[in-house]
Amino acid sequence: MDANNPILLMAGTQEHDLTRLDEYRAVGGYKALERARALEPQAVMDEISAATLRGRGGAGFPMGRKASLLAKGTGKPTYLVINADESEPGAFKDRDVLRMTPHRLIEGCLITAHGIGSKSVFIYIRGEYAHEFDVMRDALEDARTAGLLGGVTIVLHRGAGAYICGEETALLESLEGQRGQPRPRPPFPPVNGLYGAPTQINNVSTIALVPKIIELGAAEFSKIGVPSAPGTAVFSLSGNVAEPGNYERQLGTTLRELIYDVAGGIAGGRELKAVIPGGSSVPVLTPAEIDTPMDYDSIQAAGSFFGSAAIIVVDDRCCMVQLALRAEQFYMHESCGKCTPCRVGTRWLVQLLTKIEEGRGDRSDLDLLEGVCDRMLGKSLCALGDFAVYPVASYLEKYRGEFEAHVDGHGCPFGGASSIEGTFAPSDQHAPNLAETVHA
Amino acid sequence: MTQIYERIQELRRKYPQSRSAVMDALRLAQTEHGGWLPPEALREVADALDVTPAYCHSIASFYDMYHLEPVGKHMVEVCTNLSCALAGAQAVLDAFAHELGVRPGETTDDGEMTLRAIECAGGCGRAPVVVVDHVYHEPLRPEDVPGLLQELRGRE
Ligand SMILES: Cc1cc2nc3c(=O)[nH]c(=O)nc-3n(C[C@H](O)[C@H](O)[C@H](O)COP(=O)(O)O)c2cc1C
Ligand code: SF4
Repeated sequence: MDANNPILLMAGTQEHDLTRLDEYRAVGGYKALERARALEPQAVMDEISAATLRGRGGAGFPMGRKASLLAKGTGKPTYLVINADESEPGAFKDRDVLRMTPHRLIEGCLITAHGIGSKSVFIYIRGEYAHEFDVMRDALEDARTAGLLGGVTIVLHRGAGAYICGEETALLESLEGQRGQPRPRPPFPPVNGLYGAPTQINNVSTIALVPKIIELGAAEFSKIGVPSAPGTAVFSLSGNVAEPGNYERQLGTTLRELIYDVAGGIAGGRELKAVIPGGSSVPVLTPAEIDTPMDYDSIQAAGSFFGSAAIIVVDDRCCMVQLALRAEQFYMHESCGKCTPCRVGTRWLVQLLTKIEEGRGDRSDLDLLEGVCDRMLGKSLCALGDFAVYPVASYLEKYRGEFEAHVDGHGCPFGGASSIEGTFAPSDQHAPNLAETVHA
Repeated sequence: MTQIYERIQELRRKYPQSRSAVMDALRLAQTEHGGWLPPEALREVADALDVTPAYCHSIASFYDMYHLEPVGKHMVEVCTNLSCALAGAQAVLDAFAHELGVRPGETTDDGEMTLRAIECAGGCGRAPVVVVDHVYHEPLRPEDVPGLLQELRGRE
């Protein structure tokens, strides 16, 4: 292992076809499972806790601590649910785990199931990932045939296109065959989750790191990354970088290194304008802020969130009002409609941003934009209500001059030449017209 | 019909509670009914799962991948979310709209193709992403559009 650039999650995927069980075994696959099963469940969980494995799905909550909250002695089964709904704009890291190293995820599920005493695992895969589903299904079949499951059932569940189902309680609702609308909390899933039973929910990349923790031991694992967040993450770089893609790096790598050294800098030698570090749902950072290390605590200290390590890079050709509008159209489309601030607020923000972009706004609309954001933030059942605010509020705060130029100049200062000019959003979609035209 | 019924019974057995199979069942029924869910498809799923057609409708209407209106034989979906937009997705969507003579959300008159704009498909590193009949084409450039459509039209 390269000490400067340790690869954990994607280890071996360059040299081997790790969708194949024999090749995964050839790189030491399923040895950690064997070792874990020889240990007491609590010892497995102690190792994970000692490694301070923080959730890679968004909130960065320590996995071991979450497991310690699982209700005991309820007379109900304990479930393990894997969140493979990956729908955050800019995020595509879990997809590579699913399609390139499915056995690492399965092994992580089996080790975790042993640790928390679960016999029943569900993997919720977003519906669009059809190829990834097939890879997982075949890998699971191979693992089953090889007798690796050890009495644990793993069910692959397919989503059907709904960002909100990545929110853990919406995911549980969806898994139970309901509309994917978040549940009020408490009770929290470790106490009352799937089918009313104690449930551990983790992201794909969190669980796929578990075999490496058992293999290396918590002490070695903790030498990678930063003390508050050991290990690596797969960073998804997209937008206006020269070499977009997934790159596994240690936590604590700075945004500057990721953008310039890893992803080749800004495409076409243009100027960097904005960086959205964790997927579209987190506050934007300016070029002056890119020396921030990408780990949960550092990025939060800089006023944003680690999110799903999905770094969207924006160059100087992009209008920030258009970008905010396109982001907000997404949240409006994905709001499940359960709470008023989110359901009404997202629509209102889209209307205001449209008005500003079209040059029909005035200065009071900028204040109104801020006012609507204030009235939404922290007032909804789930975090989507906040995610819908961050792009608008943070672009307005950090690129205020551009918003003002729209209202003062009665039009977009890019004069039709923004890089994302006229981008059509699915929320504007017409119903298919085939009803009249389909042949009898 | 009875065949769908039997296959849905099999899907039910995957889960501790059978209602969890509703998403799989709707997907199956949609495939069997030419890519969308007419009222009789919802009734079939309802019968097979011991729920009501209205319940099935409430589920189908919640998720983007179920279609309650007829769709074309092929589905062309263009991601226009941020990363794809920054990589020029609108030009790709425009190229499809131009070649097909439809707006996003519409189906060609011959019932061959439905064009849709979609939210982030998770291919941001190889943007712009186009998904054709559930297969990702990434990246796809405007100049690739005529060839792709020609290939699709020739496909059965
Ligand atoms: C609107 C919304 C969407 C989310 N989408 C995802 C997702 O696609 N994948 C994911 O792992 N977590 C997602 N989350 C976070 C989950 O609720 C949950 O925190 C996470 O799955 C826990 O796993 P972890 O602790 O391993 O990170 C989302 C949260 C919200 C509010
Ligand atoms: S905040 Fe929005 S998405 Fe979340 S539960 Fe409320 S309405 Fe639904």
